[in-house]
Amino acid sequence: MDTNVDVSMRVNGDPVSRRIEARMNLVDFLREELGLSGSHVGCEHGVCGACTVRVDGRIVRGCLMVAAQADGADVTTIEGLSDTGEIRALQDAFVERNALQCGYCTPGMLLTLAELMERNRAASRSEIREFISGNYCRCTGYEAIVDAFEMARSARSGGGGDAA
Amino acid sequence: MTDLIADRWILDRPNSYIGRSVPRPNAPRLAEGRGTFVDDVPLGPRAGHVAFVRSPHAHARMRSIDTEAARASPGVIAVLTGRDLAAIHDPWIGVLTHLEGLKSAPQYALPLDTATWQGEAVAAVVADSRARAEDAAELVAIVWEVLPAVTDPASALDPDTPVIHESLGDNLAWRRNVDFGDIEAAYAEADHVIEETFVFARHTGVCVEPRAILADWNPAEEQLTVWHNTQCPHMIQNILATHYRLDEHRVRVIAGDVGGSFGIKVHTYADEIATVGLSILLKRPVKFVADRMESFVTDIHARAQTVKGRIAVRNDGTILGFEIDALSGIGPYSMYPRTSGIEANQIVNLMGGPYEFDHYRAQATVVFQNKNMMCQYRAVGHPVKCAVTEGLVDAAARATGLDPAELRQRNLRADDSYPCRSVQGLPFENLSHEESLAKLLEAMDYEALKDERDALREEGVYRGIGLASFIEVTNPSAMFYGVGGARISAQDGATMRLDARGNVFVATGATEQGQGMEAVISQVAATAVGVPPERLKIVTGDTEHTPYGGGTWASRAAGIGGEAVARAGRALREQILRAAATMLQEDAANLDIRNGVVVEAQTGAERIGLDEIGRICYYRPDTLPDGFQSELVATRHYVPRKYPFAFTNGVQASYLEVDVETGFITLLDHWCIEDCGTVINPLLVDEQIRGGIVQGLGGALFEECVYDRDGQMLNATMADYLVPMAAELPDMQCGHVESPTAESDLGAKGAGEAGTCGAPAAVMNALNDALAPLGASRLTDMPFTPRKVLRALGRI
Ligand code: FES
Ligand code: FES
Repeated sequence: MDTNVDVSMRVNGDPVSRRIEARMNLVDFLREELGLSGSHVGCEHGVCGACTVRVDGRIVRGCLMVAAQADGADVTTIEGLSDTGEIRALQDAFVERNALQCGYCTPGMLLTLAELMERNRAASRSEIREFISGNYCRCTGYEAIVDAFEMARSARSGGGGDAA
Repeated sequence: MTDLIADRWILDRPNSYIGRSVPRPNAPRLAEGRGTFVDDVPLGPRAGHVAFVRSPHAHARMRSIDTEAARASPGVIAVLTGRDLAAIHDPWIGVLTHLEGLKSAPQYALPLDTATWQGEAVAAVVADSRARAEDAAELVAIVWEVLPAVTDPASALDPDTPVIHESLGDNLAWRRNVDFGDIEAAYAEADHVIEETFVFARHTGVCVEPRAILADWNPAEEQLTVWHNTQCPHMIQNILATHYRLDEHRVRVIAGDVGGSFGIKVHTYADEIATVGLSILLKRPVKFVADRMESFVTDIHARAQTVKGRIAVRNDGTILGFEIDALSGIGPYSMYPRTSGIEANQIVNLMGGPYEFDHYRAQATVVFQNKNMMCQYRAVGHPVKCAVTEGLVDAAARATGLDPAELRQRNLRADDSYPCRSVQGLPFENLSHEESLAKLLEAMDYEALKDERDALREEGVYRGIGLASFIEVTNPSAMFYGVGGARISAQDGATMRLDARGNVFVATGATEQGQGMEAVISQVAATAVGVPPERLKIVTGDTEHTPYGGGTWASRAAGIGGEAVARAGRALREQILRAAATMLQEDAANLDIRNGVVVEAQTGAERIGLDEIGRICYYRPDTLPDGFQSELVATRHYVPRKYPFAFTNGVQASYLEVDVETGFITLLDHWCIEDCGTVINPLLVDEQIRGGIVQGLGGALFEECVYDRDGQMLNATMADYLVPMAAELPDMQCGHVESPTAESDLGAKGAGEAGTCGAPAAVMNALNDALAPLGASRLTDMPFTPRKVLRALGRI
């Protein structure tokens, strides 16, 4: 029985096509087939948020979606967002505020915060906390992450949504 | 005790980076998702991926293993069992000679015939992908003979309880008794003797990056290369060499980026050792990455203590003595090489630490269980001894009618009493309990907060304030493990080199787990030599390229690894200045290096750049005088010798509100004043404290590995095992007192575990303070779930 499927999608702007096992999830596809190892795997059951990537403009958990579901989609990962500079202000704030320690949760956290920046740039501290409450971070205790969001939105270059 | 006189040269350097919140050199790459964790290391198509068959039973003998169907499954390279691996490795026994009487049974990479906990790996399937290895693992047919499981520590030593390892005779791993002063006399003298029992659930580290190892055996070179997210590459190198009968120089361990460790990744895990054996047997790279379920049932668990404690106190608040009886159920083996006895040992050693008292008796009993292995997790033993001590101190405050802060002030070791020894005989060099508490009370505005709490009580809002003073073991010397025979290095080395363009390369035996080690190393190196941090290249975590070192554990990396770098940096500076002096025909004593340039020490006038020195020494040595040979590499090592540990101290406070209808606890505020000696990087220290506090809060409020009577872990998923998430946490306020250790030039002590040490005690005391006016029974059984709160209130 052939359990393989063909998938094509745009990843960080580049068209990609592969023949893969139908059960392969999106984050494994990105990591193993495309070498985009910035999206991480922490639980494979949709809880930790380390695998968060953007599909057609909205964040999803890459472990809960099989890659074939993203056929034809526009997928953006931390590598893509880094290269376009879209989340530069957030990244700079993370570094300056030490909002990452081991950095394992960080790509997922940044993608999540980038979405918050777009949806509710003026979010209060408790709204920021709520919004990232599906992302595990075991190192920081979260406070620095909340601070970094606040720093990024007040940075002059903007944190998201106003990329060139 | 010898008095030490430190030479603080490093703190007096011009353009010092010590004490500044400089950013971490490795942070930008992590923020771009461009780190290299073990699972990111590129693999060729020959690589094998292992999935382990794990025991579904807590205790069961394998009558037979049928691997035929698994071998025929698509993509499978091999299916191997414990007997296959036993042919090439020697088992290990997790004991230390200084924990006298501690015993354990030999443990193999995969057990030969009997599984002793649910989740123990018993067979290995290697395939061309992890998914296909998992498919095949389901086809391995094992006929199990289920044996009775030992799962209740309280009855583990009963005569009718089965013995897990017959060769050991009983289920007692270790017992330690100590008796100092005369506790019975203290009881006789006391106005109050209060007894309480404290329970600490089994919990675990939940590193977001699971354990992972990639082993690559090259039979032609007899060379083993291992990428491993370990905290201690040199320790693992030694262990792999020892148990696979290799020479150490045939083993290279590379620890790249590590996704959180917290003590979880400092041990010898049988499945990881098995992965190495698979690579040796199959002569190809083999990778193992634990999935989350495997993490919950095999990453070490910790705490799991039931401690009966007593305090003897006079009416005037004077603490006369403490007594404890602690019982802990570990796994079926003592973990190797640190053992599963250290947590109990720390509790015995550190009880009552902040206070002055004369009488102490303790018993700690450690018993084997058919549950996952137990060992050291962040702040090992500390949250337990702190909560027992501070819970009893609060009980004494209630009994005497004294304010909890006042009772502490009366009993804390005086700041001018150092050096001195604890009742257990441990030497304290210099601590600052009194100043720390004063600072805390001011930071939290204690009196105003009490008024607020009292006013709100009138309105039916129940808030509580809890305090917790603590001591913390950091910068361990060889007295921690080495003395017990473990090949765990307490010293660290650093090698520094000037390159031809005047940049400085630094290799250190300390390792980075996200705590910011590379920043600390860069600050110390930059300051010691006299270059800006951007001119440094830092290398860590590779046994082939770094000097021998201990890695990261027991809050040692900055204090010990940092000191080695300070000394190597000074030596390199002196060597560079000798070369400069020769070139400039100047006395080296009149020169210094500042900002990457050799200057006149007096005036700061620039004389020659390090790039020019590099160029001349490496490319035009012919222009230097005969007989002068430049040396532009320096290595130095450091280990504390005078004190077995650099104790730190601190005090935390929690302010919380209890919803008496639902039992929910809302954390409103948290403070920590901490004294880790010289603060090298305030930002990183505070974030270590905050992250540590949150792990302590997890143990206090949420985290528990729930086992049933058959030894099945019932909540082995991230959805079921609760940890603190962003929305449940308050902002945390940190402050510092600095009492540098005189044992090192830098004066830094560790900071990574203090948060975890004190947070559970502070929360426990705040919770009981909140419930006190309601006549609730005392809550001393962590985690404090809403159900327990409601039960204490008599509502369910
Ligand atoms: S790996 Fe996808 S949510 Fe954890
Ligand atoms: S930085 Fe380590 S898990 Fe968030």
